[in-house]
Amino acid sequence: MIHSRRSFIKAAGVSVLAIGAAPAIKAVAASGSGAASLPSKTRRPEAFSAKRWGMAIDCRRMNGDIAGNIVKACRKANNVPDFSHKPDEDKYPGLRPPKKDQELKWIWEESYHHAFPEMEDEFLADKFKSMPFLVTCNHCKNAPCVQACPTRATFKREDGVVMMDFHRCIGCRFCMAACPFGARSFNFRDPKPFIPEINPDFPTRSKGVVEKCNLCAGRLAKGLQPACVEASEGTIVVGDLEDPGSEIRALLKENYAIRRKQELGTEPSVYYIM
Amino acid sequence: MLEIAIKGSKKYWIWLGALLTVMAVAFAVYIDQFVNGLMITGMSRDVSWGFYIANFTFLVGVAAGGVMVVIPYYLHDYEKFHRITILGEFLAVASLIMCLMFIVADLGQPTRMLNVLLYPTPNSMLFWDMCVLNGYLFLNIVIGWKVLEAERNQVRPPDWTKPLIYISIPFAIGIHTVTAYLYCGLPGRGFWMTAILAPRFLASAFAAGPAFLILLCYIVKRFTKFDPGWEAIQTLSKIVCYALIANVFFFLCEVFVVFYSKIPGHMSHIQYLFFGLYGHGALVPWMWTSMILMFTGIGLLIVPKFRNNETILPFTCILIFIGTWIDKSLGMISGGFVPSPLHHVTEYVPTFQEVLISLGVLATGLLILTVLFKLATTVKEEVRG
Repeated sequence: MIHSRRSFIKAAGVSVLAIGAAPAIKAVAASGSGAASLPSKTRRPEAFSAKRWGMAIDCRRMNGDIAGNIVKACRKANNVPDFSHKPDEDKYPGLRPPKKDQELKWIWEESYHHAFPEMEDEFLADKFKSMPFLVTCNHCKNAPCVQACPTRATFKREDGVVMMDFHRCIGCRFCMAACPFGARSFNFRDPKPFIPEINPDFPTRSKGVVEKCNLCAGRLAKGLQPACVEASEGTIVVGDLEDPGSEIRALLKENYAIRRKQELGTEPSVYYIM
Repeated sequence: MLEIAIKGSKKYWIWLGALLTVMAVAFAVYIDQFVNGLMITGMSRDVSWGFYIANFTFLVGVAAGGVMVVIPYYLHDYEKFHRITILGEFLAVASLIMCLMFIVADLGQPTRMLNVLLYPTPNSMLFWDMCVLNGYLFLNIVIGWKVLEAERNQVRPPDWTKPLIYISIPFAIGIHTVTAYLYCGLPGRGFWMTAILAPRFLASAFAAGPAFLILLCYIVKRFTKFDPGWEAIQTLSKIVCYALIANVFFFLCEVFVVFYSKIPGHMSHIQYLFFGLYGHGALVPWMWTSMILMFTGIGLLIVPKFRNNETILPFTCILIFIGTWIDKSLGMISGGFVPSPLHHVTEYVPTFQEVLISLGVLATGLLILTVLFKLATTVKEEVRG
């Protein structure tokens, strides 16, 4: 009895060791054979690149129509579900109605009061009161969501884009609590029935994972501007904040721009030209 | 030793049967959540944590509360706690298992939970929380089991349990400190971002945990031949009293800082909880009830005549348990999310399904607690008889 128990424990110990060692073995194997045949990063020649991506939104020229088009373009490009879309009854029979407050959004309109709540001012100029302010992920330099994620499913790329690995995310929603900008959405349910037209160039998500704006990193890699920029009629510029010669830096040099919740020190990369 | 658990009275089996029924119903509801996602809960984009995480936070406190019997007994040789130390440790075990179940219930992709181990991330507080919670659970199982087994065999517990017992003390403080760190290190959540959060969590834990333990002592005395001892209960009630006063004091410190400095991002949450914000005030009656319960509890514990009254004390403990539960579960989590960082007020009310799943977790915890307490009390009866 004691003997068999001992041998069982021994076997269990060896198995645990083996499981523990597997990633290390894999890593060694990869560094030996893989490195020579495949470059570590493949980049298309037409790809856009930057030291640190940033966005400038020209609020002076923004209006409700443009903002609406931008939101629509983003949803379409990134397969962000729209809960106001009526799901196809034949394909998805018996769906429970969606809850409005469980919706998903990557970029959306807010009033000044909500976009900049800590800058509330009773004598705010009238024009700002009615202006639509587009808010999205700020791709913070010191991103609290990246710090909070327990699996590194949310991570920061070298070029400043804060990305999500939808297949690693466990759906703990710590990142949502950590984000001071409310930029993150959780898939409380399967989003597919609420996507009017699926864009095959970008994955749809499964239920139970968090998502947010990724600055259309996939499009940038193909040399395409982010979907919001394309629909913005020139009101949104995305470019390299670290490059003094970039268009975005020229804009910031000439105009007064603010960032959301600057006092928190997360260093948002989205600027609002006022 | 486990064979003791399968020999019980009719009442014992009816109780276990009732718990199993609740667990089965809750499991059926959980399958709906597992298949269809967290859409069945009342959580939203703005209030992204709800009833599960609230109960998790509270139960971490109950688990940490067990250390309030461990410290006097093992560090100060306080003999009166000899009989109840094992109860405190087993309470911690049951609470921690509930904590872990609540976390899993809250995950959007529970099948991927091992990613936390596959990609260990030291900068995430959740990673550390997992480490200390599992560590404390492991310590309490080993210590509780070994000490009880030794008692049954009428020998001294093995020497190697001593260091484990000493390590379990900082672990107990650790589980609740790290749980507070989940919240208080987040920029832009004014309600949680206060250094007093971890001390406050501990204070409320050391009130709620021992208060529950007192209730359990009453139940044990009623249903078994084992008597935990009135003197031990009286000492526990003093611990509850001090801890509860500390909890309320810390809260009032927070109220002073927030309302004297008048920083809107910090004020608005407490305003929402206690007075309502822009006409939304679902939690207002709850929060005031919590305050009244906690102050009444302090009153009943501070006056020796009431504290030493064997009939009043269990009711006092129930008041305190409910009061601290509202304070730390309902208020602490919703309060942090409302208003949202964009200053929207999205209120949170748990759905029926969410409450049922939570009850299932609770039933599981009580089942484990019942079995463990049955072991402990039976062994103690055997030894004395």
